[in-house]
Amino acid sequence: MAEITLQDIIQPENLVYEKSKLLTEKPFHYCPGCGHGTVHRIIAEVLEELGVDDRTIGVSPVGCAVMAYDYFDVDFVEAAHGRAPACATGIKRVWPDKVVFSYQGDGDLAAIGTCETIHTCNRGENITMIFVNNGIYGMTGGQMAPTTLVGMKTATTPYGRMPQWPDGTPNNGFPLQITQLLAQLPGTRYVTRQAVFSPAAVRNAKKAIKKAFQNQIENKNGVNFVEIVSNCNSNWKMSAVDANKWLQDNMLPVYPLGDLKDNFELIKK
Amino acid sequence: MGELKLMKGNEALAEAAIRCGADAYFGYPITPQSEVIEYLSEQNPYERTGMVVLQAESELAAINMVYAAGAAGKHVMTSSSSPGVCLKQEGLAYIAGAEVPCVFADVVRGGPGLGTIQPSQADYFQNTKGGGNGDYRNIVLAPASVQEMADFVPLGFDLAFKYRMAVCILSDGAIGQMMEKVVLPEQKARLTEEEIKAKYPWALTGRKRGTQHRVITSLDLDSARMEEHNRALQRKYDEVTKNEVRYEMIDCDDADYVFVAYGSSARIAQKSVQLGRAEGLKVGLLRPITLWPYPTKAIQSLIDKGVKGFLSVELSCGQMIEDVLLACNGRAKAEHFGRVGGIIHTPEEVLEAMKKQIIGE
Repeated sequence: MAEITLQDIIQPENLVYEKSKLLTEKPFHYCPGCGHGTVHRIIAEVLEELGVDDRTIGVSPVGCAVMAYDYFDVDFVEAAHGRAPACATGIKRVWPDKVVFSYQGDGDLAAIGTCETIHTCNRGENITMIFVNNGIYGMTGGQMAPTTLVGMKTATTPYGRMPQWPDGTPNNGFPLQITQLLAQLPGTRYVTRQAVFSPAAVRNAKKAIKKAFQNQIENKNGVNFVEIVSNCNSNWKMSAVDANKWLQDNMLPVYPLGDLKDNFELIKK
Repeated sequence: MGELKLMKGNEALAEAAIRCGADAYFGYPITPQSEVIEYLSEQNPYERTGMVVLQAESELAAINMVYAAGAAGKHVMTSSSSPGVCLKQEGLAYIAGAEVPCVFADVVRGGPGLGTIQPSQADYFQNTKGGGNGDYRNIVLAPASVQEMADFVPLGFDLAFKYRMAVCILSDGAIGQMMEKVVLPEQKARLTEEEIKAKYPWALTGRKRGTQHRVITSLDLDSARMEEHNRALQRKYDEVTKNEVRYEMIDCDDADYVFVAYGSSARIAQKSVQLGRAEGLKVGLLRPITLWPYPTKAIQSLIDKGVKGFLSVELSCGQMIEDVLLACNGRAKAEHFGRVGGIIHTPEEVLEAMKKQIIGE
């Protein structure tokens, strides 16, 4: 039997998976183990499958995903901290036939940009909003986020997030349930919370993201909002494997996965 | 031929936006310029031309809508008044760094802080010297009439797209609120998608397959590239300074002493010139129309022609005077006069100040 060479294996008929054509060759700057890369890949695959790459405009945030524009082979504008929903609104209003999406982290979307987030959702802009929640500020080095869990240690809550002092006076406040809040607004069409810690979770997240883009393409109004509960193994100071385990044990009880709203109807649990 | 109408300055600005083919206005109400968004809402420009009008949740949101819609190649504008323009400075710094064209109007009221709703010119520093972070400039046009409130909108868009930068229409509560006759231009069509793609290849319209995707950003973490980006911005600003200085001179040919004033102060100083001339004083008026780039050379040419002194007349405690002094560079006397807090100086007190401070008893 002739020896099988590498050349024999690398043949089109043997191809079972490839990187989305809408991801550029630029190496991710994300930490190994971080969920951003997976979320990027899903979005790129979805845009490719929907065939809308020539009319898509993305809005990147300030935070870890600030340079998302380097990784997607679609047009992109980089927003000021928290203002991505306002930017997406501006683009969609003047180009209603383009596919517009924003990509934000928890500090960007749920702290400094809460006003823009709520009002964009309340106006029911026909856009797709991707929200990556890892409960911490990644880019600035691990400070408390609005979604940081109670007791969670960060650079600005070194003894753990304590919403109130023992005598009841306010301290760090409570984890902000921004996604539940947004689901209450009449302008949101589809609100879902997903994750990317396992192959099954990635498949569900991709289905949700695809729906969030399809809704935008097929309709004239209604924000399609996808939260991805993700990890930050670097700033959580864990291995990638431990971070994903910790996420399931600690984040998901506070931020449970699943659809919160579909076709403007809240989903009763 | 244009159409003759009696209008408020704020309304003329809004009507001019519709007529020059603007694609969108994003704003937030604030006195004394709320008529802009009220007029636009009442006119329903979406039906007239397809122009989008949106009342945003804040000035911050409005300027960031402008930033992104401008990045997408559209003619977009906003307007506000002093405290609201402070909030817009974040977006304006991004607009400068990312080189996005847009027009914004500041119908100035008194400050600092909430200040007063009465007219003021104390936003000169805010608009000509930056306001946001970083080394950048905005072109600043100063209308002195309702007519110029209308004229400077299409001019502003032309300059904004020529240089890919923000253009400020620096008005004040008096110019915004007063009514005058104005000749309105004929309706211009908004640009089509094909026209935008052909004229502005940098604009985010969805990248064509097989071509490089476009990114509009103010960020670059590579120091060498960022230094070159800043140098390139400065070269652009030098080009603007070379090409776009605008001003008006009234009775300056034989003048010994010259008022320097813009906007509503220029209207008042023009009367002071008449009063002074009636007394036999050889006084004139230099009215900067662009506050950045500043008509520095015009001041220098007046000194060359023998002007001995300048009085910078402003509704502020003295802001533009710094640019007058820089232009004089010690070769002629220059001082400031101005009322503040919402009080508007009279032509008589302006002339009196010229006599006392510059001409001498």
